[in-house]
Amino acid sequence: MAWEVVIGLEIHTQLATQSKIFSTAPTAYGAEPNTQASLVDLAMPGVLPVLNEKVMELATKFGLAIGAEIGTTSVFDRKNYFYPDSPKAYQITQMDFPIVIGGQIDIDLEDGSTKRINVTRAHLEEDAGKSLHGEFTGQTGIDLNRAGTPLIEIVSEPEMRSAKEAVAYMRKMHALVRYIGISDGNMQEGSFRCDANVSIRPFGQEELGTRAEIKNLNSFKFIEQAINYEVERQAYILESGGRVIQETRLYDPDKGETRSMRSKEEANDYRYFPDPDLLPVVISQAFVDNIAKNMPELPDQKKQRFIDELGLSALDAGILTSNRELSEYFEQVANISKQTKLAANWVTGNLSAKLNKENIEIAAAPVTAEMLATVIQRISDKTISGKIAKDVFEAMWNGEGSCDEVIEKKGLKQITDDSAIETMIDNVIANNPNQLAQYQAGKQQLLGFFVGQVMKASRGKANPAQVNQLLRTKLQG
Amino acid sequence: MSDPLHALSLKALSQGIVDAKFSSMEVTEHFLNRIETFDPALNSYLTVTKEQAIAQAEQADNTIRSGQPHSPLAGIPYALKDLYCTQGIRTTAASKILDNFISPYDATVQSKLRHSGAVLLGKNNMDEFAMGSSNENSAYGNVANPWDHARVPGGSSGGGAACVAAGLAPFSLGSDTGGSIRQPASFTGITGIKPTYGRISRYGMIAFASSLDQCGPMTRSAEDAALVLQSLAGFDEKDSTSAQVDVPDYSADLDKPLDGLKIGLPKEFFADGLDQAVAASIDAAIAQYKKLGATIKEVHLPHSHLAVASYYVVASAECSTNLSRFDGVRYGHRCEDPKDLLDLYERSRWEGFGDEVKRRIMVGTYALSAGYYDAYYRKAQKIRRLIKQDFIDVFKQVDVIMGPAAPNTAFKLGEMIDDQVSMYLADLYTIPVSLAGLPGMSIPIQQANGMPVGLQIIGNYFEEARLLNVAHQYQLNTDDHLQTPKQYQ
Repeated sequence: MAWEVVIGLEIHTQLATQSKIFSTAPTAYGAEPNTQASLVDLAMPGVLPVLNEKVMELATKFGLAIGAEIGTTSVFDRKNYFYPDSPKAYQITQMDFPIVIGGQIDIDLEDGSTKRINVTRAHLEEDAGKSLHGEFTGQTGIDLNRAGTPLIEIVSEPEMRSAKEAVAYMRKMHALVRYIGISDGNMQEGSFRCDANVSIRPFGQEELGTRAEIKNLNSFKFIEQAINYEVERQAYILESGGRVIQETRLYDPDKGETRSMRSKEEANDYRYFPDPDLLPVVISQAFVDNIAKNMPELPDQKKQRFIDELGLSALDAGILTSNRELSEYFEQVANISKQTKLAANWVTGNLSAKLNKENIEIAAAPVTAEMLATVIQRISDKTISGKIAKDVFEAMWNGEGSCDEVIEKKGLKQITDDSAIETMIDNVIANNPNQLAQYQAGKQQLLGFFVGQVMKASRGKANPAQVNQLLRTKLQG
Repeated sequence: MSDPLHALSLKALSQGIVDAKFSSMEVTEHFLNRIETFDPALNSYLTVTKEQAIAQAEQADNTIRSGQPHSPLAGIPYALKDLYCTQGIRTTAASKILDNFISPYDATVQSKLRHSGAVLLGKNNMDEFAMGSSNENSAYGNVANPWDHARVPGGSSGGGAACVAAGLAPFSLGSDTGGSIRQPASFTGITGIKPTYGRISRYGMIAFASSLDQCGPMTRSAEDAALVLQSLAGFDEKDSTSAQVDVPDYSADLDKPLDGLKIGLPKEFFADGLDQAVAASIDAAIAQYKKLGATIKEVHLPHSHLAVASYYVVASAECSTNLSRFDGVRYGHRCEDPKDLLDLYERSRWEGFGDEVKRRIMVGTYALSAGYYDAYYRKAQKIRRLIKQDFIDVFKQVDVIMGPAAPNTAFKLGEMIDDQVSMYLADLYTIPVSLAGLPGMSIPIQQANGMPVGLQIIGNYFEEARLLNVAHQYQLNTDDHLQTPKQYQ
């Protein structure tokens, strides 16, 4: 039986602040356990939370970026539950009055079409600490460095219909939060992770099926695998006459399966209520306007501009705007070199391949935008050929110097002097009398052979266009 | 014969130290000696910080003798209710669950007093986590009322009230959530003021009910209260609920005459249940105010009968989650040999908390539960808004509101212990003021049944200066506030 898959995602994004959401402790990743936990993070008796204003700014920025309404009165609530890594035994979050209401993003589907996914809401909350199991025999360690780290939880409508769509949505959100600079989006460090609500129903049925919530997915690969597994699991249950139960599940990437964490029946009653230690935050129009005014160009806007103004294909524009650093790198290369098309080809081609191969971020690329722009300039001013340029790029990547230094050191300057090329042509013709005879007898396709021989003799440096033109003349005799 | 040191006002103590009539050290030792002599019977202190007090007194004397500028509280001893965190000093909130807790930091109010050069004598007994009206809920034993050791001092700031009434500290900081400064002040014959919610930082005050808790001075006169309040009031960036409202000079208007003062008497505060003798004392005090030039008007607080019920929902709801952090994980009491996490939580909390605290946690948890939230918590908040509106309306007609602080004088130890609900209901005059977040104070007036009676004076938001003025004028013209139990004179 064919099932319709229904997916909604809750993405937890760490906001890029220096200090925590309700305390002055730093948020830097990877410190010794409990060295970044203040009295407030430790929930000492008598301490009080104080809101970090920066989070309101970042959350507002996000809301504007997805075309959402900004909640003018934003209220923080307590979500009560006991757990050792939750020191107050409640999490401060937003329930009835979140900062971001509604909004949407468009995702690109494989068939080339786009689909709009609506966002229900996005609210601010604090992260929990970490329980360290297994490091202490018979005991559990608690690291509260992460406790109080600011998060924005982005809740989508259940509008995705496949694991692929969910991944496309996740990728788009990931690109967006990094684009507008509200998060570093580092998935390994947990700065960007999601819970997936998955259910299935017969096609045509309006009512939603019972969902399972898969917790804490922190890679695009795992999201896809987990959802696909879950869909199969639910289909198997339904097709064998069973009933899916509403529960929380965990994905185990080693086994490639999800397993039950707790069912709805065991779920906590979180006893939400407004935190009396924090007053409602009233957001003024002036505050919102100011953020709107300083909003960077958004990915979709930039993509359209690349198509309209730079004449790029939708495909190239899409790739180049998939992350902000890449788009900025490209724009710099294009601006300096004045060769938009070549710049796009190089950035989406050689450069991207290299980054992928070495698995590094563009900021860490040894060839800077200025350096790549020089390569393109040397191609267009005919100092080097496109083919030689690839060698130059490789050498630059390996730290052998700037474009001009590499060309100089390796003697890669293109030969454009007619007489020098003619000398080489004469030698090649003299050494290949048979081929010459055949060519002159009408086997025109041998031109390629001669071009190859001349290029080889020049060690690739002869200008291919000139070689072509001069050869034709010479071969005709 | 000159007055003993413990009978002097804060101003007189400060002046005496500056004029070298006596030193801060002598004053401090005088109070430490009195504590040693009298406190075993009163049990008003949980911790006496003798060594630190002596060191601080010495430092204060040096500062003052060297002619450096200093605060009017420099060299003056004081006590703190044991829910104010004090760095390096045991802070228990009178609970077994914090029996071993040494605070790693100072509450903002303690930090302010420390910087002013005042000398901490110790930490006062109280009802556990400030929950109670008799101080019988302390994990460390009852506090006796200095006027009659068989009677309660009131609560929850019972230790502070008893210690000031008995001259075991010139002043103490209490806290008031539903009457915890005003009612014990009334029972022990001292002056206590609960400022406007947000006037004094709550940072470092162990929370009972966050939206109601407020720190306030417990003193022997309004003049003393003005001095102490001056050093505590103001915005604190560590407490988002503290008010960004300018702090006036609380002593400046003390001497202003009361001609034309409009006093409102809420009909609801003089209904059935008010002890006849207490009512007579209140009437006498009102008569005194008339003599001082005030006019009287009957006013109405139509929703005040809903206040106690609404308060016990709101305060319990907040306390149920405020007290969740006491889980045996990071500090405080942890049970022996927990067999798993749930056992650790359950036994640590079961063993650590007293009965009344457990009761309120259960009430609050219930009130916030899914399906009950609207019926209890939301409705209680609605009532709270109505009560607040009642006061706003009344303050359009009058300058201050007066009435009793409590319906009775201090009751006998053990008399009410099995009837917590009656004890809850006795807070009917203080609770509406707390729910509205208004400033209220209690000053001693003519005694009834041989015990002290407090007159409650309620002001509009941030009008503490007016309350202090109104109280001070009474105290200038009467000597009710100078009455001291015989054995403590």
